[in-house]
Parts: sequence; structure tokens; C-alpha cells
Amino acid sequence: MNFSSDFFAVFSITPVWDVDLNDLGVRYRKLQQEFHPDRYATKSDIERRVAVQASSFINQAFDTLKSPLKRAQYLLTLKDTDVDQETHITSDTVFLMQQIELRETLSDISNKENPLQSIATLRIDVESTYCELQSEFQRQYESELFDDAFNAMVKMQFFAKLLVEIEQLEAELEDS
Amino acid sequence: MVLLQISEPGQSPQPHQRRNAVGIDLGTTNSLVATVRSGMAETLPDAKGRHLLPSVVHYAPQGANCVGIEAAEHNVSDPLNTISSVKRLLGRGLEDVKMFGNQLPYNFQTDQGGMPKIVTANGLVSPIQVLAEILRTLVRRAEASLDGVLDGAVITVPAYFDEAQRQATKDAATLAGVKVLRLLNEPTAAAIAYGLENAKEGVIAVYDLGGGTFDVSIMRLSRGVFEVLATGGDSALGGDDFDHAIAEWLRQQSGMSESLNPMEQRILLEAAKAAKEELTDSETVEIELLDWSGVLTRDVMDDLIDDLLNQTIRACRRSLRDAGVAVDEIDTVVLVGGSTRTLRVRDKVAEFFGVEPLANLDPDRVVALGAALQAEVLIGNKSGDEMLLLDVIPLSLGIETMGGLIEKIIHRNTTIPVAKAQEFTTFKDGQTAMAVHILQGERELVDDCRSLARFELRGIPPMVAGAAKIRVTYQVDADGLLSVTARELTSNVESRIEVKPSYGLAEDEITQMLQDSFNHARDDMQARALCEQQVDADRMIEDLLAALKQDGDKLLSAEEIQCLEVAVKELQKIRAETTQYRVLARQIEAVGKTSETFAARRMDASIKRALAGRSLDEIEQG
Repeated sequence: MNFSSDFFAVFSITPVWDVDLNDLGVRYRKLQQEFHPDRYATKSDIERRVAVQASSFINQAFDTLKSPLKRAQYLLTLKDTDVDQETHITSDTVFLMQQIELRETLSDISNKENPLQSIATLRIDVESTYCELQSEFQRQYESELFDDAFNAMVKMQFFAKLLVEIEQLEAELEDS
Repeated sequence: MVLLQISEPGQSPQPHQRRNAVGIDLGTTNSLVATVRSGMAETLPDAKGRHLLPSVVHYAPQGANCVGIEAAEHNVSDPLNTISSVKRLLGRGLEDVKMFGNQLPYNFQTDQGGMPKIVTANGLVSPIQVLAEILRTLVRRAEASLDGVLDGAVITVPAYFDEAQRQATKDAATLAGVKVLRLLNEPTAAAIAYGLENAKEGVIAVYDLGGGTFDVSIMRLSRGVFEVLATGGDSALGGDDFDHAIAEWLRQQSGMSESLNPMEQRILLEAAKAAKEELTDSETVEIELLDWSGVLTRDVMDDLIDDLLNQTIRACRRSLRDAGVAVDEIDTVVLVGGSTRTLRVRDKVAEFFGVEPLANLDPDRVVALGAALQAEVLIGNKSGDEMLLLDVIPLSLGIETMGGLIEKIIHRNTTIPVAKAQEFTTFKDGQTAMAVHILQGERELVDDCRSLARFELRGIPPMVAGAAKIRVTYQVDADGLLSVTARELTSNVESRIEVKPSYGLAEDEITQMLQDSFNHARDDMQARALCEQQVDADRMIEDLLAALKQDGDKLLSAEEIQCLEVAVKELQKIRAETTQYRVLARQIEAVGKTSETFAARRMDASIKRALAGRSLDEIEQG
């Protein structure tokens, strides 16, 4: 089943980068209180199936809008930008060098004297660059420079991935 | 049909009579059934006043099966036909089942479909059938106590249960003739039992340590909505391991040799268990063991079990991380499971979370009580209640790709229900079929994960390689159960794929078993079934006509309206004439199919309307 609202319209908010996550959470829970299949527990199979689809759609919308990276990608799709297209980011040597350095730092952490301390420092560093990239995306997107916004989103992808790896290593260090 | 009868905001659908709903906790060792009476949840006893039903079924040659304490009495005299701990076999393949071989004395055999069955004096029995027997006993108890037919049940499952285990539980309910309102995760049920939804906001940790398993869930509560943020644990760590650690200490102290016979092992374990329980109330315990006697202090025991406890704390830390929650954000900790009676467990948990855990409800009953409260809400007895549970999928779902690797499609701890679509293409000219293998687990390799289902997509129109586009949609419902649909996008051919479970019962097997039980049952089963279908038919007719009147012109073409009207007329006719419940059921289903598009469009319109133009304040007000 296809729902005709876009992810912003579902929550009745305007399709902009700046999303108030608290407000979004309230709207999300309100919608689920109405459309979750539990509200249809005693209804017919078909109604339950439709409710499962509706609730899944609301979950997908929430999941997309609450994540900066997914929200950026979704905003680009709304402007007919293919987010899976080839990128030319590989020719941006400054960015690539920065990535290589960060990854070297990450793979070195386990050998450090105080790895937990070092990884915390690295994380703060990476998070702040990730935030800058988000502002960069917002600027370009709001100026309707969608190619540049796309480039900022691709850089965000690199940092989002790096953050996941940092978290994994952090988990391993804490558990050992 | 609420979808076909959507009420305007602020207007609630008409009230209906009270219905009988229960919560059922199917435990590895004991099971319980509970219900809500005058607002209070209580567990229901049998005729002899016993609440706990041992999860044991005895199969006798003449089919005189018995369940519970009576069945457990055959444990020693007839171990091969006395099935206990069946929960551990649920949704498992023969390989896994063999792993329990040392612990469980049963003879296993595979049927034609390769599913493991237990050989008993009463024939081959699937673990699902064993569970269905236990469920039937609980349902009979509830119906006797409530003095009426059961309308629905919430059945609890461990949060870490995978899809196969959940499906098996649901199949058992189908076999037992129980309408499942929801498969509810045990930790979530515990949180409800404590009435935590009455608080406005908060972050809750549920620490569930049973005999053989450990589960932890982190949830956020806001305005009556429980959102499970992360769940984790260890399905092979529990209070039994405490007993083993203490038994090993006893063996060393008493100078017994390392190679013990089963009888000596039993004695050691029993002594260890008894000592552990006594140390809940006293500081030291005197132990007499064969020709040895000695003293175990609480301090010594604490040392023995601390390693195990630290493992559970590590799992708590991991779940907090998955949830994105700092430990000092936790306001409430709930203890579940008999093993949390051990004082050291409480201390460790309190120390880690920095909060004194709630433990005033009986940890053996808390899950059943919570399930009963949730059943009461779902069946609609508690109107105007805004309580809602948003659960997550405990283990990632993925498909097999080249080289025996797994590509994850739905990550663990994703809120359910959830749907994900994926596009495939053909890699050979003229290819008309492709195989899909679905697995569940966190590891990278197919061999390390649980195989859930394999199916083949057939009937792809022959095209050059890469031209066909097949979109496969994986839908996980609120119970954590998977269904799959596939659509070839260039020709727009849709097929709903029947996911054949790798473990458990096939659909026609369930139908056959139900058929058999109907054949054996009294005549009034037929009458009861017909009556239920008639009620459903009446409701459907009424709702559909009302919906058509309200929205027909807006959402349907003239042709679609006519088609629905014809279907309703036909249903009215059959409702009036037939005495065959199956005939009526078939027609209800047919009308349901015809009205599905209408229901979907009404849902879509209703979602659009839901928050349109409403400010945050208005939404929060109501």
C-alpha cells in the first residue's frame, strides 16, 4: 500500500532541515497512539494488515526525520536529487586526507596508553566536524544549491560511518 | 471495523459489552494465566487453588494426556513421555534440539518436512503441540474462572525470542484455539505490571534473570507510550549457573572427585540450590552433604557468583549504549525472574544503575500480571486508555548474498512494525526465478545465523539480464513476525509469498491439526464457530455500509462502490441462509478482500487528517 503523504506532511510539519526533535517525538507518539495495530487488536485481519502498514509507514517517517543523515537524503529526494548517484568526492584531496588521518587515529587507539580517553577526544572531534557538515548542508539546501548540498551529504555519510566505528570500538574497549 | 468506521477526533466509537481477556506467561518451568478484575490484575488458580502450572505434559499410550503437576509426577517413572522445558525446543531445528540432548532425555525424529518431533507413547509430537496442550489447560482454567468463553489473550515471550520462536508460539495458540491479541515481550509486561505508565515521563530498565536466561530492556516512557529503546541479554545465562558455581565449590570443599555420576551431580546441585535460597534470608547456611558438612557464608557465595553477575552488568551497559541512554538517566529499575531474589543480584543492579530496584511484586508472577493488564486494554475493556507499547526487533533480519555473507535489511532494535523494501534484478538473460534466503542474527556469516525461511520467486517475465526489477518487501508486524511480498515492477505483477518456516509447522499442517481437533470435539464447537462468524458478518455489514455512506463517494469510483455493494448483499444473503461456518467465513474473507482498497484509502485519508494544522499544544492537550 502506498501512502500519499510525504514524511514531513505525515507529522504536519514543513519540509525544512531544522526539525525540532522533541516536537517530532510528540507528534510521532500521538500518531502511533491512533494507528498502531494494537488499536486494531480485535478487528478483522484486513484492518489489522492495513494498520500494520500504516504504523510501519509512520515508523519509517520518524526514523528518517530524526536522523540527520537520513533527513538530509530525504530532503534531497524531495528536490528530485538522486542520492545514490556517483560522487566526485574522491577528487577532493583535502577531504580524503582528513579521512585517512582520522582513520589512522582510530586504528591506533588500542595501542594508546589510555585508549578510552583518546577515543573520547576523537569522538568529540568527529562529532563537531559532523555538526559543521550539517550546517553546511543546511546552508546549501536553503540556498537551493542542491549539488553542493548533495556533496555535503556525501561527506556526512563518511562521518556517520566513522562515528559508528568509533562507537563499536568504544564498546569493545569498555567491555574488555 | 474501525477503519471502515473511523470516528472523528474526540468522538469515541460506541461502547460495547465487557469481554474476557487474559494474560498468559508461558514459562520454561512454570506457566501462569492472569486476568483483570475490578481494575486489579490477579493470577488465576486451578480448582485446587494452585496458581503455578508446571510446564510439563505427559503423553500416555491411550491418549490420556495430562498437564501440570499431575504430568510432572511421571517425571521419574516415565521420563521419555513426560515432556518438560519445551520452551527451549520451540522454533528450533533438529541440530539445535540435539544440542540439548544431554539435558533432555527425549527421542527425537524428523518428519517428512525435516521438522523435529518428539517420539512419545502417543505418537510423534511437535514442540508446538506440547505448548498448545499447556495453553489449552490454562484457557480451560480461565474459562472456568471467568465463567465464559475467552475472547482473547496476550501471550508473553522473552524479548530475545527470534522470529521462528515467536511464530511457533503463535502457532501453538492457533492450535489451542486462542485468539492472540499480542505477543508481548516479558520485560515490557513487567513494566506494565508495576503501573509505570502512570508516571508521566522516565527511562526504565528491566532486569530479567530467570533460571536459564538473562534479558535486559531499556525503555522510555512518555505520556502513556512505552518505547522500547533497546533490548539485549544472554540466552544461556541464568540462576542455574549460580547453582553450578556453588555446586563446584561444594565439590571442592567436600573433596569429591571431578567425575561425578549423575546421581551425585543431582545431589550437589540440589544442595547448592537450597543453600542459595536460604542465603536470601540468612548470612550463613550449614550444608550437609553425604559424609561432609560445612558452612557457606553469603560473602563466599557472592564471590562465587560475581563473575556471572558482571556478565549481566556488561549486557546492561551494552543495551544502554544501544539505547543511546546514559546510566544516570535511568529513573526506574524493575526486577523480574526468580533469580533476582538473590540479594547479591539486587545489590549489583542497584550499584550499577544507582537506583534502588523495584521488587515488591512476586518476580514469578509479575509478567503474567502485566500481560493481563495489557490484554484488558487491547480487548477494549479499558476505553479512553492511551497506553501504547512500541517494541523493537531484538535481532537483525537479513538475506544471504554471494559467498555465504549476510546483508542486513532490518537492524536490531528497530521499532516495529517495520517494512523495508529491496530491489533485485536478474543476472542472466531470460531468467524467470530467483531464490531468497532470509536469516536472523548479528553475525556476518550465513552459517552463524538462524535460517528463517527460503523461498523462490517464480514467474519473472523473461528479459535480458538486469532488465527485470523485483521489489521484495519485508514486513515485520507488532508481534515481531515476518511476511514477505514481491512485485515485478516492469510488469507490475504482485505475489504474496508464503514464507515457509525453516522450523515449526507448515500452514497446512496447522490446518490439518485443527481439523482433527474439530473432528474429535463436541458438536457445539460447530455451533460456536458459526455464532462467532455471524457476529463478525453482522459487524462487517454494518461497518461497511456506514463507511460507504460516509466516504464512498469521496474515495471510490462508481464501479468500485457497486462492486462493494454487491459483495455486501451476497454476504447478507449467506449470513441469513447458511448453517456452515466455513461457508460464511469464506464469504467474510471475500468481502474483506474486496474492501481492502477502501480500507487502505480511508487509512491514508485518516493519517493525512490526523495532525493536519494542529499545533504542538493542541496535540498534547488531546
